Order: sequence, then structure tokens, then C-alpha cells
Amino acid sequence: MSTRHILLGLLAGGPSHGYDLKRRHDERFPQARPLAYGQVYTTLQRLVRDGLAEIEGTDSAGGPERTRYRSTDEGARELAKWTGEITPPAPFVTNEIFAKVVCAILASTDPAGYLRAQRAAHMERMRQLTAVKTATDADLATVLSADYALSHLDADLRWMTTTAARLTTLTAEVDAA
Amino acid sequence: MSHEVPLLTARALAKTHGRTKALRDATIELRAGEILAVTGTSGSGKSTLLHCLAGIVRPDEGSVVYAGQRLDQLPDKRLSELRRTEFGVVFQFGQLIPELTAIDNVALPLLLAGVGRAEAHKRAGAWMERFGVRGQEEQRPGEMSGGQAQRVSMARALVTGPKIVFADEPTGALDSLASEQVMAAMVHTAREAGIAVLLITHDHQVAAYADREVRLRDGAIEDSVDFEVAQ
Ligand SMILES: Nc1ncnc2c1ncn2[C@@H]1O[C@H](COP(=O)(O)OP(=O)(O)O)[C@@H](O)[C@H]1O
Ligand SMILES: [Mg+2]
Repeated sequence: MSTRHILLGLLAGGPSHGYDLKRRHDERFPQARPLAYGQVYTTLQRLVRDGLAEIEGTDSAGGPERTRYRSTDEGARELAKWTGEITPPAPFVTNEIFAKVVCAILASTDPAGYLRAQRAAHMERMRQLTAVKTATDADLATVLSADYALSHLDADLRWMTTTAARLTTLTAEVDAA
Repeated sequence: MSHEVPLLTARALAKTHGRTKALRDATIELRAGEILAVTGTSGSGKSTLLHCLAGIVRPDEGSVVYAGQRLDQLPDKRLSELRRTEFGVVFQFGQLIPELTAIDNVALPLLLAGVGRAEAHKRAGAWMERFGVRGQEEQRPGEMSGGQAQRVSMARALVTGPKIVFADEPTGALDSLASEQVMAAMVHTAREAGIAVLLITHDHQVAAYADREVRLRDGAIEDSVDFEVAQ
């Protein structure tokens, strides 16, 4: 995920301080990992260095001095380019669940038991996300980001189901190799 | 929410269709007011289990107890009466009568129970409202979208005020947005009315609406997950 572009996107709505950008990011992308303030700050400095953003001024209304940033024309062009660019539909090549199944077979532990437990944990998380998105005060951004997470967990679960059904063959294959 | 009281209990159910052992040893409990998902791959015995629990089919072995009565031993007449008053069923599709309008479809169980036409329509209309299909009263099933038809089917399943709704893949023929709307309406309404739901699905996103999940494999219970800790 490109924090640079997301900050440029938030700045497209108007000049802002680092702290406001963090807060707006966390509000707009409810299921995303919250941005660390330090990350916002260093990213803003790099945007300025690369000419994509600039310092508009400073405010110190009653509190500590805060730097206000705005996007430049070049920043706007870069953002437009990014929003039209295709994200590579790459699968998650590092599949920890698969790695654990293979290692469980190698170690002769209980891959089926592991898959059942993992399945229950996935279902539990899906149930929590479903509760979040069906709450009466859920706005559309919350619903859509919960849906995104739900779809991915669902994909994991379908993969786990077919894997569990084929463990005997996989075990034979792993043991033979 | 606590759902500790068992409403329906089935023990060691077995059912054979021809030479296929569809259920081998299924023990399951549905608690009052809970939404229980029964999942499992196709052919694992989900529909057979639902049929046995809802008194549509008699198991070869085992017992089904509802409100202190052995459903598997109840005479046909008593069983169908109990089914009409205490249970509602929703299937994947096909349970609406194509010649009848939506409101007549919903009102039908009441009319069959001897409720007057005006009163039956009034109650049917109120349930259609709860499922967000007010305005579709005069449409026939063929004129409705799949999602609307399923919401009308649910209104019909609930119109008699059942204690349990049995739903067999109620969203199986719907796209994901329609499925989500049907599930949200069903779960919301069932919780509001305190109705228990036995929800059969092979879709994890649908199962995630439930309080608890029981997984079938080759006609037996493989696993049971209680989601209640999450709430
Ligand atoms: N009426 C029937 N006659 C013969 N076999 C049946 C009948 N109903 C179900 N079966 C078989 O019993 C098994 C379980 O079916 P079912 O309960 O419909 O599973 P599910 O709903 O999980 O797909 C399957 O192998 C199916 O082919
Ligand atoms: Mg079935």
C-alpha cells in the first residue's frame, strides 16, 4: 500500500497538518492499520523533497506549532496517475497457512486439527466483521472495508476447505519428496 | 444475548436414502432465539438433517424432541399441524406459488389456518414491510427479482409467528449484494421477534451472520463453533 499516494489523496481535499491527515486516514479506512504519526511525518517530508507537496504555512493557535502541507500540481498529476494504474492481481505468494500445513506433515503433527482450528478463527473474525457492518450506525465506508476483509477471509476459508479434503494426497506427496 | 434453553434437540440421527447413508450419527441442539448455521460441503447431509429436524422426513434412527414432544414419533396429522403453527421453512427457491400475487403468497398460511382475508392481508402486509418488500404486494413471483422473492418467502415463513425458521440455502441462488440484503433482513427480523433460525449454507459469508456454526461431514457432526464470545 502506498502511503505517499494515500496522503496525496487526502491532501487533494485541501491543505492539512500531519496529525489531521493521520486522523482522517484512520476514519476513512476503518479496517486498515492505523497510520503511525512518525510515518506520516517522514512521508510528508519525502513528498516535499520530491516536489509533490509543499509547506503552505504554520499554525500555532493556542498549541504547539504545526506545519500545514498542500499538494503541488506535480503531486496532483502523480495522484491521478496512481488512481488509474492497475494493481497487479498478484496472489499472496507467502501463504503462512500452507507453510504450516506442509510443516505439520513434515513434523508428523496434526495438519487436519490445525486447519480446523484455523478455520474456526477465520469464521470468528468473519462473524465480528459481519457484526461491524450490520450495526445500525455503520456507514458505507465501514461496510465496504468490512466486505473487503470478509471476501479475503472467505477466499482463505475456501482454500482451507479444499486443502483439508485433499490432505491424504498432499501428505503422500510431501512424504515422497 | 443468551440462548441457553434448548428448543429442539436431535440425538444420533441416521437416515439412509437408497444405499446412501445421508446421516450417520448427527446430534444437534437448537436453542431458543439463536441463529445456528449448519455448514458442510455439498452432499454432507445438510438438507437431510433439516428435513429430519423440521419433521418433513422421519429419521431411520435417533430422536427429535421439540418442546417436550418426540417429533419422530408424532402421528402424521399432529406433525403437520405442529409444522404449520410452530415452524417456518424457506428453501433456495420454488416455494412461492407462481399464480398468486406476493401478498396472497404471504397470506396463504393464515388463510389455510382459517384467518379471515382482510386480517390475513393486514398481517401479511406488516411482514412484507419488515422485509422491505412493501410495494411488491401485487407482483407475481415471476415479476420479482430473486432477492425480492426470497424476502417474500421469508415473510411467508414468519407470518404465522413460528418459533423456528428452517432455511435451506436461502441465498443460494442470489448474487452477493442481494444475498447480503436478504441475510441482514432475516437476521434482524428473527432477532427482533426472538425466532430461532436453523440456517443451512455452504457460504462462509452467510454463515458469519449466525451465533453458532455446526459443520457436517459425511453425515456426522465434524465440528461446532460458538461465536458468542465475540458479542
Ligand atoms: N431423496 C434422495 N434419494 C437418494 N439420495 C439422496 C436423496 N436425498 C439426498 N440424497 C443423498 O444423500 C446425501 C446427502 O444429501 P443432502 O442431505 O441433500 O446433502 P447436502 O444438503 O449437504 O448437499 C447425498 O449423497 C445425496 O446424494
Ligand atoms: Mg442441500
